[in-house]
This record gives sequence, C-alpha cells and structure tokens, in this order.
Amino acid sequence: MFRGSSFNAPSRFFRDDKDFSGCSIFGMMDRGGGKVNGEPVIKAIANMKERSNGLGGGFAAYGIYPDLAEFYALQLMFEDECARSRAEEFIRRSFEVAEAGPIPTRSIPEVTDIPLLWRYFVRPLPTCLQEEEGEDDYMVRAVMHINVNIEGAFVFSSGKDMGVFKGVGFPEDIGRFFRLEEYEAYTWVAHGRFPTNTQGWWGGAHPFNILDWSVVHNGEISSYGINRRHLEMFGYVCTLHTDTEVIAYAVDLLLRRHGLSVDDLAMVLAAPLWEQIDRLPRGKRERATALRQIYGSLLMNGPFSIIISNRTQMIGLTDRIRLRPLVAGRAGKMMYISSEEAPMHLIEDGLERTWIPSGGEPIVAEMEVGTGMRAGVGA
Amino acid sequence: MKSYILPEFLVERDDYRCIRCEVCVRQCAFEAHRYDADEDAVFVDESKCCGCLRCVTLCPTRALTVRRNPTQTPDNYNWTREQLMDAYKQAETGGVLLTGMGCGRELPIYWDRIVLDASQVTNPSIDPLREPMELRTWLGAKPDRLDSQGEGKRRRIEGMGPQLKLETPMMFSAISYGAISYNTCEALARAAAELGTYYNTGEGGLRRDLYKYGRHTICQVASGRFGVHADYLEAAAALEIKIGQGAKPGIGGHLPGEKVSLEISRTRMIPEGSDAISPAPHHDIYSIEDLAQLIYALKEATHWTKPVSVKIAAVHNSAAIASGIVRAGADIVAIDGIRGGTGAAPTRIRDNVGIPIELALAAVDDRLRAEGIRNRASIVVAGGFRNSGDVIKAIALGADAVYLGTPALVAMGCHVCRKCYTGKCNWGIATQDPYLSKRLNPELAARRLVNMINAWSHEIMEMLGGMGINAIESLRGNRLRLRGVGLSREELDILGIKHAGE
Ligand code: SF4
Ligand code: SF4
Ligand code: SF4
Repeated sequence: MFRGSSFNAPSRFFRDDKDFSGCSIFGMMDRGGGKVNGEPVIKAIANMKERSNGLGGGFAAYGIYPDLAEFYALQLMFEDECARSRAEEFIRRSFEVAEAGPIPTRSIPEVTDIPLLWRYFVRPLPTCLQEEEGEDDYMVRAVMHINVNIEGAFVFSSGKDMGVFKGVGFPEDIGRFFRLEEYEAYTWVAHGRFPTNTQGWWGGAHPFNILDWSVVHNGEISSYGINRRHLEMFGYVCTLHTDTEVIAYAVDLLLRRHGLSVDDLAMVLAAPLWEQIDRLPRGKRERATALRQIYGSLLMNGPFSIIISNRTQMIGLTDRIRLRPLVAGRAGKMMYISSEEAPMHLIEDGLERTWIPSGGEPIVAEMEVGTGMRAGVGA
Repeated sequence: MKSYILPEFLVERDDYRCIRCEVCVRQCAFEAHRYDADEDAVFVDESKCCGCLRCVTLCPTRALTVRRNPTQTPDNYNWTREQLMDAYKQAETGGVLLTGMGCGRELPIYWDRIVLDASQVTNPSIDPLREPMELRTWLGAKPDRLDSQGEGKRRRIEGMGPQLKLETPMMFSAISYGAISYNTCEALARAAAELGTYYNTGEGGLRRDLYKYGRHTICQVASGRFGVHADYLEAAAALEIKIGQGAKPGIGGHLPGEKVSLEISRTRMIPEGSDAISPAPHHDIYSIEDLAQLIYALKEATHWTKPVSVKIAAVHNSAAIASGIVRAGADIVAIDGIRGGTGAAPTRIRDNVGIPIELALAAVDDRLRAEGIRNRASIVVAGGFRNSGDVIKAIALGADAVYLGTPALVAMGCHVCRKCYTGKCNWGIATQDPYLSKRLNPELAARRLVNMINAWSHEIMEMLGGMGINAIESLRGNRLRLRGVGLSREELDILGIKHAGE
C-alpha cells in the first residue's frame, strides 16, 4: 500500500503514517456576498493562539480573484527553481495560462525557510481532455500528477476565484506574510496548527484544497488508513500522509462526483449510530443504512471538527461522538464557525446567537440566491 | 503383521484414586479402557488412545493422566518420530494417510507476527462499556456510489445486492451434516440465530427440522450437489458455491457409507449406506464462465433475493481467481486458508497444499482494490483463527468477516484430536453414532458458542476502542493500524503493512 506514492515533501520530513495535530479552526461567511479583507479573520484565529504552536497556519479566501474567475487559480510551492521549471513545463503543456507570477508576500522575521510561491491562472486545453472528462476531473488528475510525479513541486490550491495561503508559522504571521489585508473575500477560513509529529513543511499546513473545496481540520482520523485506500480506488492519491487531505478528497468525491447532499455527506463522514438509524422512519432509515453500507470506508472515525468550504457553502462538522469542539454563531448575514466562541465576540459586536451543534450534525452556511455568486462546483 | 507403531500417548491411572466406576470404559469409543471383573481392575490399550481427553475430563476422581509417550526415537532432524510412524503406518496398510482437522505443521502463523496499534495522547481511546461500539457488518455486493431509482416502495439502489446483516463479523464455517452430528448442527444454528449471525450447512444439505433457523443459515452448493433442491435454496439466507476447501485444495470429499444413516440419506438425497462422494471439481464448472452460469442460476432460482458466495481454497493465484469470481457475479468471496479444518483429508494434501490465509487475504483485498471492484463483493476468510486477536487482524488486513470452524467445535468440546474421520468422536461432534452424539446437548453447546463469540466480540470492541475507533468499518482494510514483527521485507510487502518501529 505504500507503493506508487512518491512522497513529495522534503526528505527530512518524517514518513509518519499521518499527521497528528490539535488545532484551532475558524470560518466566516457573508451570505449576502459582502466582502471584507483578511484582517478580522487574522484577529480571530490569533485569539486562539493556545491551540497552535507555530508549526503551521493557513487561510482560504473565496471571491478574491473576480477578474480571473473563469480560470482555475493554481497556487504552487516549489523547492527550488529546477522544480519550478519542471512544473511549468507540465503546466504549459496541459493548460492555457492566462496569467502567471509569484504570489505577493512581505518578508517578516517570524516567517522563514520560505519555498518559492507561484500562482497560475489556467484553463485546461480542450485537446488534453480525455473522452467524457469534465474540466474538473481533468484538474484533479493534473493536480495529482504534479503532486505525485513532479519532484519538489506541490499544488496547494486549485479552485476558481479563490485561493489558499498557508505555511509554517503562527497563523497571524502567515496572514501578514501573504498580505491578506490586500484581499477581499466573502468567505474566509483559517487554521492554526499544533502538530505533534511533523517538522514544519509548508505543504502540510491547512487548509487542504482540491478545486473549490477547502478543508480545515482539528483532530486525528483513526480510520485514515482505510479512508485513504478507499479514495485510491477513485484515483485520489494521498501525497501528504495527513488525514485532512483525505477529508478534502472525500468531500470532492461525495459532493461533486457522486452528487450527494450536504446532509448525506455528514451521514457518511460522521455516520449516525446503527442504534439511531434503526429508530428512523422507513424512508430515512433505508437511506441512512445504504449510505453506511456503501460508504462505510469513508466514515471518519476519531476526534475531529472540520470546516469544509466551497464558493457557495461553508459547512462545520464534528465527529459522531463529538470529541472536538465546534461552535456556530450568526450576526445578520454573517455566519461564523469556530473552535471557540471568544473570537466571534472579538470581531463581531452584533452577534445574535451562538450555538453548539451535536456530534455529526452539520452546520451549513449557504450563499443567498441573488448574490450574483455562481453556484460552486457540485453545490 | 507386527505393528511397529508406538502409541502416541500414555494413559496413566492412579490406582489409589480409581473407584472402578467404569466411566472411562464407557466414554472411550476407541475402546482404550477395559474393565476386568475377575481382577477388579481397569486396563488400558494405549495404542488405541488418540489423546481426546474425554476420559480424563469425565473421570470422577481425576485418577487419569494422558501424556505424550516419552519414548524417544533416535535423534534425527529429518526422521522425526512423526515421519517414522507415518512411514510404518503406510508400510503396514498400503493406504493413503487420512486425518482430521486443520494443518498443524510449523508453517508461519502470521497472526502471531502482527501487532495492533493503540491510541495515546493525540486521540482518545474509547471505553466500550461506556461508549457506543459498533460491530454490525453487511455482506453483499455494494455499488461505488449511492444512486437511488424510483420512488417509495419501488425505490431501489442501483447496484446494491441483497445484504446479510451480521451483528458481529464472525460466522460459523461450513461443516456438513454427516461430518458432524445433528445435535451439533442444531447447536450451531441456534447460536447463530441468537448472535445475529450465520452458520453454514456445508455440503450435506439441511434437515427440515432446522429450516426454522433458515434466516441465519448459509446453504452450500457443492460438487456433489447433495441435498440441493428448491426448498433448500428457499430456506437459506444466502447460498454458497463451494469450489474448494483450505484443508484439501484440489480434491473432493468422501463420506463413507457407514456414516450415511437413514436421516443423512434423506437429507443428502442418496441411498442409505452408500458412500457420498463429492467430485474434485464441479462437473458443470470447468471455467469461469461456467461458474458465472451457476451463480446466476442460483440467483434466478431465489428471485435475486439472496447473496451468492463462492468459496475457494487459498492457493497461489487466489487474487486473480477472486477477481474472476467477483466479475462472474458473486456477492461474497470466501477464502479458506491452509490451516482450515476438515472432517477428513489425506494428510499429505492437508499439510502441503495451499497457502496461509493471511497472505491470500492481503493479496485478494489488494487486487480487488487495484481493479476498483472491492465494493462489488465482500471478503470472508476462514482457516486458522484461534482467538479474537486473529479475527481483528484479519479485518484490519481487509476482510469483511470471518468464518470460524475449528474454534466453534472447540467451544463445544472438541479437543482437536484429529480423529473426526473415524466417526467415533468421543465429544459427540464428528459422529453419527447415537450413543456418542447424545453426549452433545444442543442447548448447552449453543450456550457455549454464544458465550465464546460474545467474549470475542467484546474483546474486539476493547481493541477497537483502544485504537480510538468506534465502528468496525473504520478498521476494515485499515492496515496502518497493524505492524509486523520479525517479518521479511517481502512478507511485509505482501501483507501491505510496515514493520514495528517504522
Ligand atoms: S473413570 Fe476414573 S475412577 Fe472410574 S474407572 Fe476410570 S479411572 Fe477409575
Ligand atoms: S482416546 Fe480419549 S477417551 Fe480414549 S483413552 Fe484416549 S484420551 Fe481417553
Ligand atoms: S471433532 Fe471430535 S474427533 Fe474431531 S478433532 Fe474434535 S474431538 Fe476429535
């Protein structure tokens, strides 16, 4: 089972089965489509400093590239210039490139050991698509190819009109490093990391992203081994040996490729107990039973709370027995999901309600219709 | 001809304790004990003793000890005592050596070289006494995705086959009525029903008295087609086509005429007293297409309401064969390893043909995944399980469930004396002699079975909880939770696990 996954991280990176981390997560969405810059989200995540240890921080921002929204924004990190030329050779061969350039950063003493960070706005070349292959499927294949086969190159963001910004450091430093105050987004998601086993590697920070889907995660997935083997049957190659990556791929498979609803997704990732299923009315019971029978290998077992986002949704979810914290809050059109309640109060005066969902119960924030937002992929 | 065979065991009687009750005399069907009224003494003919410990267990004063005959044969690494005795036996009889139960040779037992993981710090372990812990398992073909068609009652899920629901991932292996007594069959059936799992009829048909346990019965269709008729198929919860058996891959079966009593002849639909011979192959299956035809014939005959399993012996190409079986339409692939039990098999075949189940299982699961068809069938493995540790490791390697044969017999009293083929089982299991078979009370035997499986289930829950997992499907195929100890790179690669410390 360890065949075929060339490990595309620095050689000093330990080859642990997966990543073990405790973390902070935070997400905010303006359901009316109003945009804010990165300052509030940085402030919020910084408030949960206790939950991270400076070995990883990251953000996902939606709505930041409105002028190039038709193109996939491929954001890559490279070990060195050779890796960059290898990857660019592949990118130019496979895509029409509308724009390319380094990701703007500011140098600050807190952030060091920086890889080369570049972004490319691309569209698949129609001649490259296989028969009956959609552009999204092609993108997934291309991302897998770069991450598995191109030494020293790693795609950390591949959606449209969105971007992931992440690295080694405390999240507030990573935010300043990437100059997030210069971006305007209607959804921001953030992560502060407390890994116990991995040396800092930029690719290992959260969010994990594939197409428009981003996942930030607090916890450890005990079922990782089988989740990963199941996803391998569907062409997903887990290159990072981290459990968060499997969540991102599972979400892509279930929502985009298999067309499940968010409620179904929650029933797969944090399946209700059989005891609960047996008590449901017939129709629901049959569906819940079928979901567990078919997707048992994608049940995420172990403690987790996650925020999954795409261009129109932000979903919070905890494991079935709720071993990690998660709270939700609402202020008019703003929706918040966070590991703790305090940061919401810190950045929002008008908080109307906060609540704690039960284990396995998804919190779903969705863009209002008429906000001019195109439905995200699979939404 | 003077026999050169040394008795395998010594039977020692403490004469001071012995009260001449003759229990031992009556209990030993091999007639090793003899009471001499004139001398008021009990004598032993050790050459008849097979070490089943029935007399020892039942002697009211614990006057008996049975131990290995300490007589030494000359030291020789090649010519061990077993080799010498086997050669003498064949020189004296000119026959093929027969034996019962599974291969007990010193082949590596990989279960003993694999260890499990547990959570520490970053991931809380779960206490199954306080928290939910789920072992429920479904066997049958499942689609890759949920795609429901139609509405209301007519709703069906594309690609979803009929499913067997198991409350614990353990079932009882195929053991035929004929090889074992009716009471033993009844005990297995009752226990399966009580446990919410299944037992397997083996190839001997199903007595009508047991139809009431049909919802917990897997009915086998083997090369002899004994006892296969419409009601039999109808009575079952699932059907199993038996291609091979781990204890004797490549050969058929033979139930001697003496064992074919009236009831057995009725159940098997053969004349009383005639030998029941299962040919080595199914004579209507000479290729994979033929197998597919039989699978579909059975599905058709049961209106597509029952999963069809295909059971094979673990051999070198199991992975490719299993893939063919899945593509031929089977809902379950059952694989029986070299250590699997039997009522009777030629010793040389049992001990030399086939491969260990651990390796076959890992190879089959890998292959079905590589071909993207793992969901299309469940994998059930058999042959060589001794405790819940073995079972949970099999699940982590990729099995959906296991079949327990020998452990079930052991729970009911079997002492693995390997004399099943004689029909004189002193424990009332592998016999048709009414005097012997009434020794096994189906109700008590069922209780013993239920107790053992409940205990194993509980141990599995404890180990799952220790790994921070609360549903068995999160361990199934999760080989990262396993490590090898003292295994070669090659073995680790085939098993798909890392070495401990890695
Ligand atoms: S059963 Fe025990 S006490 Fe009874 S005759 Fe045999 S050895 Fe003696
Ligand atoms: S065969 Fe069994 S019952 Fe007979 S003497 Fe030996 S141990 Fe006792
Ligand atoms: S079933 Fe009976 S004869 Fe066969 S090994 Fe067990 S105790 Fe011996």
